[in-house]
Amino acid sequence: MKTLLASTAILLASALTGMAQEYTPDPNATAGGMITVTYKDDVATLDPAIGYDWQNWSMIKSLFDGLMDYVPGTTELRPGLAESYTISDDGTVFTFTLRDGVIFHNGREMSAEDVKYSLDRVTTPETQSPGAGFFASIAGFDAISSGAAETLSGVEVVDPKTIKITLSRPDATFLHVMALNFASIVPKEAVDAHGTDFGKNPVGTGAFKLGEWTIGQRLVFEKNADYWREGVPYLDGVTFEVGQEPIVALLRLQQGEVDVPGDGIPPAKFQEVMGDPDQAARVVEGGQLHTGYITLNVGIAPLDKLEVREAINMAINKERITQIINGRAVPATQPLPPSMPGYTDGYDGYAFDADAAKDKLVEAGLADGFSTELFVMNTDPNPRIAQAIQQDLKAIGVEVAIRSLAQANVIEAGGAGEAPMIWSGGMAWIADFPDPSNFYGPILGCAGAGEGGWNWSKFCDESIDAMATAADSMTDPSAPERMEMWSDVYMEVMQQVPWVPVFNEQRYTMKSARMGGDDALYVDPVSIPVNYDYVYVTE
Amino acid sequence: MLGYLVRRLVQSVLILLGVSFITFVLLYVLPADPVRQIAGRSATAQTVENIRQQLGLDQPMLVQYWRYLSGLVQGDMGRSYLQKTEVSTLIAARLPASLLLMAAGIFCELLIGLTLGVIAAIFRGRSLDQGLMVTSFVAVSAPQFVVGLLLLYVFAVQLGWFPIGGYGTAAHLVLPAVTLGIMGSGWYSRMMRSSMVDVLRQDYIRTARAKGLTRRRILLRHALPNAILPIIAMIGIDIGIFMGGIVVVESVFGWPGIGQLAWQAIQRVDIPIIMGVTMVSATAIVLGNLLADLVTPLIDPRIKLR
Repeated sequence: MKTLLASTAILLASALTGMAQEYTPDPNATAGGMITVTYKDDVATLDPAIGYDWQNWSMIKSLFDGLMDYVPGTTELRPGLAESYTISDDGTVFTFTLRDGVIFHNGREMSAEDVKYSLDRVTTPETQSPGAGFFASIAGFDAISSGAAETLSGVEVVDPKTIKITLSRPDATFLHVMALNFASIVPKEAVDAHGTDFGKNPVGTGAFKLGEWTIGQRLVFEKNADYWREGVPYLDGVTFEVGQEPIVALLRLQQGEVDVPGDGIPPAKFQEVMGDPDQAARVVEGGQLHTGYITLNVGIAPLDKLEVREAINMAINKERITQIINGRAVPATQPLPPSMPGYTDGYDGYAFDADAAKDKLVEAGLADGFSTELFVMNTDPNPRIAQAIQQDLKAIGVEVAIRSLAQANVIEAGGAGEAPMIWSGGMAWIADFPDPSNFYGPILGCAGAGEGGWNWSKFCDESIDAMATAADSMTDPSAPERMEMWSDVYMEVMQQVPWVPVFNEQRYTMKSARMGGDDALYVDPVSIPVNYDYVYVTE
Repeated sequence: MLGYLVRRLVQSVLILLGVSFITFVLLYVLPADPVRQIAGRSATAQTVENIRQQLGLDQPMLVQYWRYLSGLVQGDMGRSYLQKTEVSTLIAARLPASLLLMAAGIFCELLIGLTLGVIAAIFRGRSLDQGLMVTSFVAVSAPQFVVGLLLLYVFAVQLGWFPIGGYGTAAHLVLPAVTLGIMGSGWYSRMMRSSMVDVLRQDYIRTARAKGLTRRRILLRHALPNAILPIIAMIGIDIGIFMGGIVVVESVFGWPGIGQLAWQAIQRVDIPIIMGVTMVSATAIVLGNLLADLVTPLIDPRIKLR
């Protein structure tokens, strides 16, 4: 057995506070105060097995904990409800030792039985969890998801403080999976008491607990005074007001009624805000694990020809497209965003060159061009971006008809493989966890290429799939060799260009003058959009 | 009267049945799969199939409709696909806000519409009358989201008289109610004007004038009550227009009613919620019309229900 986190565990035991060695809290942080955060859309659920929305993702992170967690504001793993863990040499057995004295919001102490229950619950079909697939590497997953078994055979309670999880294959991403909201630990009695309404009556171990929920109007989170991490949260509570248009939220922020507009700065107001020094000073910018791309369906002629896909890659003026969104993005060269481990430095991708693109079309025997369709989600700025793509392609003789549809309809057409080209805006991939594998399987691998899958190019190359599997079979998720293998995977993908990687969006948000805490907490790459546990107010 | 009522109620049920069937069919043929929305982007084929089976979405359309209908007659509107909560709970939590907004909206449209209509009738043919009628035309035609944002900008942001969206106090209610009322006020001012003009031509008005009553007394005591009656009956029919309006107005002002609920459900193909809100709105419209028909003979004895 090799102990990856041995040093961390020793430090944990000796340090004054549990997190001193992993995260230095802001020395100026003061406890107390309530903040107000707004969102446009209502909160559908706070059930960690179900919630998968922009607004509830970070709320669930504050109400619940999993065995693993991230250092605030970073993509670095740290132990959560697990105090330490060991991994077997073949990378298939994870043994987690749980922390002492972790109390659920209902007052009961958490134990290994709760971990087992929670993992069974999220994978069982009755729960209808959109995250069930993330747990596919746990032994017994197939049996439980087909209904043949009621429990995951690979999850074993050793004693009340120890849980052993056996995988059916090595899975380098497993620790990241255990940090997903879907892997949050929930108490069985609370789930049983509320049934499917658990999502409206959440009980977890998190830094905050749900105080009040007036459907369609307001949620109030209260500080969990018994939280197992010393010293946090700083805030006494957070009030979430839902149903507020981003533009209204910004106006209220300017009047001092709102502290953080959860949906960010509306594009139409961006330049006005940045033009005012007082407001611009309160804008926080951060990278996010996002790539905007155009899918090129390899099953639809003439996009099945490599030269045609290359031509389209060369024809797109990515600089101009980033200007359409006020420069709130950087042009992309490859599927992975620059802040993702495994990103290939020094690779320039396909340079914008309309003449070279025309030559490629001649090579493909399409000197006179062709016509095709581009599907796009119908909310601003996506139709405008589609028009820019249309103009770029017209310049090389490709006539593009734009099909601007509601999100659900674009997803449907993409899944069915009916769309020759799709601009991903509004549906683009934002990583579930900071690991390069998360950009492959569902959107570029064979697994997602089936009917209904999110691989809208329907690109499936078994040799690349094999490379990906090999990379994920390594035990250490952050081993440099593993990152190199993933870099190779995406370079191989770029040889066949089923996508035009267009840009990596930067996240811009704003906060009121009284909000304190590291800027990184407001653009946290994991607790999207805000890490409520560590921010504070200065008055 | 009783026979009429029974006949109308049976008709109402048939209309609601028709509405439920048409809405169900439309949602069924929609090129968007609700299971995909529930399963999310990372789901395996197995997860998708499991969800489809559990929700019965693998069944033929008529079977699905029959199941929905049998639930509905027992008062079970089903559970939201995405929120997992009972649709009836979600609607019940939001209905009071919508009803309050609607009542305030009707009050506003009557207040603005009737006042302008009376003034226009008094000044009939003069430039004030013409100006008011042009204004009413603009009011009817202006898109509600534009009117809403405009009012929000002027009275909440610039002048700071009212809160910027939200819900809770009487001050929150004013701007959305006025937005909702402005469109209807255009109709009502035109109807009120013509009704008033009609009444002012009647013999009893001439008699009153000949008796030497003051102009004010003639207008308020003799003309207005008679002119207003036929218009009151229109309110019931108005509910249909309002149901459309609240979807827009609630979204602009962040008003937590069923319109906002419907809008969010439509974007995510949450069919039980869309069906639920449609059925509640349809019921309100059908009842509103029925009420309007029942009230009419009370107001005007010349009309008999048969």
